[in-house]
Amino acid sequence: MIIRTKKAIPSSEITSERHYLNRRDFVGAGAAAALGLEAARRVLMPGELLGSVPGRGVAGVQEAPRGIGRPLLRSGQEPILRNGRQAFAGITSELDEELNSYEDVTSYNNFYEFGTGKDDPIRNSGDFKPRPWTIAVSGHCSKPGNYQLEDFLKPHRMEDRVYRHRCVEAWSMVIPWRGVPLADIVRAAEPTGAARYVRFKTIVRPEEMPGQRRRILPWPYVEGLRMDEAMHPLTLMVTGVYGEDAPNQNGAPLRLIIPWKYGFKGVKSIVSMEFVEEQPLNTWQLQNSREYGFFANVNPEVSHPRWSQARERRIGRLRRIPTLPFNGYAADVQSLYAGMDPRTLY
Amino acid sequence: MRGWIPGRSTEDRRDRPLTTDRSSEARNAPLPATRPGVNDVRRLKVVTWLLCLVPFFWLAWRIFDDGLGANPIEELIHWAGRSALVLLLGALAVTPVRRITGFNRLILIRRLVGLFAFSYACLHLLLYAVVDQGLAWSFILEDVAERRYITAGFSAFLALVPLAITSTKGWIRRLGKRWARLHRLVYLAGALAVLHFYWRVKADTLWPLVSAAVLLTLLLPRVWWAYRKRKARRATA
Repeated sequence: MIIRTKKAIPSSEITSERHYLNRRDFVGAGAAAALGLEAARRVLMPGELLGSVPGRGVAGVQEAPRGIGRPLLRSGQEPILRNGRQAFAGITSELDEELNSYEDVTSYNNFYEFGTGKDDPIRNSGDFKPRPWTIAVSGHCSKPGNYQLEDFLKPHRMEDRVYRHRCVEAWSMVIPWRGVPLADIVRAAEPTGAARYVRFKTIVRPEEMPGQRRRILPWPYVEGLRMDEAMHPLTLMVTGVYGEDAPNQNGAPLRLIIPWKYGFKGVKSIVSMEFVEEQPLNTWQLQNSREYGFFANVNPEVSHPRWSQARERRIGRLRRIPTLPFNGYAADVQSLYAGMDPRTLY
Repeated sequence: MRGWIPGRSTEDRRDRPLTTDRSSEARNAPLPATRPGVNDVRRLKVVTWLLCLVPFFWLAWRIFDDGLGANPIEELIHWAGRSALVLLLGALAVTPVRRITGFNRLILIRRLVGLFAFSYACLHLLLYAVVDQGLAWSFILEDVAERRYITAGFSAFLALVPLAITSTKGWIRRLGKRWARLHRLVYLAGALAVLHFYWRVKADTLWPLVSAAVLLTLLLPRVWWAYRKRKARRATA
């Protein structure tokens, strides 16, 4: 686990066990069996925890509780990291949804750099080298520069978080990501007042990414967020899934996850982070502006021109299920878009 | 439907050498080796059946290999749709291939391929409506009315229905000359199916464009032949 500091490994494992037990005492032993599961669930329910975030914007975010394990932590303690896939058995989302299997998460991917089939990324990403990795920080900020991945992540605290992941193609999964709140990374770069958006770019390596040998999309893949979206505590710079480094097909070594937006906003294999004034023209909008916009907030009421967004197929389930506004994170994020017409936010 | 069963259709019997010798000896004698006979026709039909069932062999292998992956419903729908399109193009290929190569007995398998294409199209539609949409009619009707790729696909299916119904010998006899005219609907069905495929993909139009190129290649000779026929007719008139 290159991404974490040496210190973080033992302390997180020890506190995990002790506070897990403390919590049982705290709540009472009466429903211990039921609470075992409940406690495990609460560890990974950022949606609920963040529901109480006071205020919005950068100032509010600084006081925001960590997404993971708030009931288990006192200030200054390390968040609990679950190591290995087995440690996620029995974990559910805050809506009681089961996790999709590691196989689902890593074998059914949209990552056109490796091909357009869902199984192309796992089959074609074997030659991709996610290490060593350099990320360029540029634009309106006080700490521009080229950072080694390890240096880039070292100051920040890793967290495991369970999010629903809703693709614009009307399928979804529940995935335990590992990553750093993007807000921490943005703050470390010290953006200036002129920075209104952040623009991200995927690496271009046609020799390792066979999908890039054809111009399926205009490479490099570009995505962007408004500053307040980037600073939102739900927005995660992801390095792993299921307590392990993310495999290449999931966007190694660094990708975004914005759980209230369609999956294509989650730019993968990021090599560039740039603070800009103008709203970036993201790749899918450039490709087809009639069907894909900048905001891409999950909205069951605004159909994609070619299919309904009202329902989704949860991978692994037979029946389609209703899609939730903002993918179920409305309470946390809808104030970001106050006064904006939701119909323009596709 | 008799044409579905290898070696049972009247075309096969017509292919036997004509003989006035009614003795059982003559009838049971092996067919002359130099002339293609009933066995060749049977072989042609068996090969066609096997080729038309290749999608099922492939499906069985996929289920064995990875259980159709993380989204088996989508995989099944795509499988049936792909198979229908390929076999529809296959049925459309019979006439040009027959006329260019002179392998005239290919006409004996055209209905078989066409009906297989229609069967896969039925499967495609059923998988979408029943398994994918769970027979949620409001969503299905909305899709058919408002999503142009589904409108195109559904129209292609509708165009195939009368062709499948009138594929029997009785209907061919009953409709006479009108039968051939009616069955030109298959060109429309092919074009709509390709359009359905083209409008469905998000960015990678390679395979829709390949199928469009194949369709054009199969239709252009027909346009040329129709043009020449008309010209010849005018010349004699």
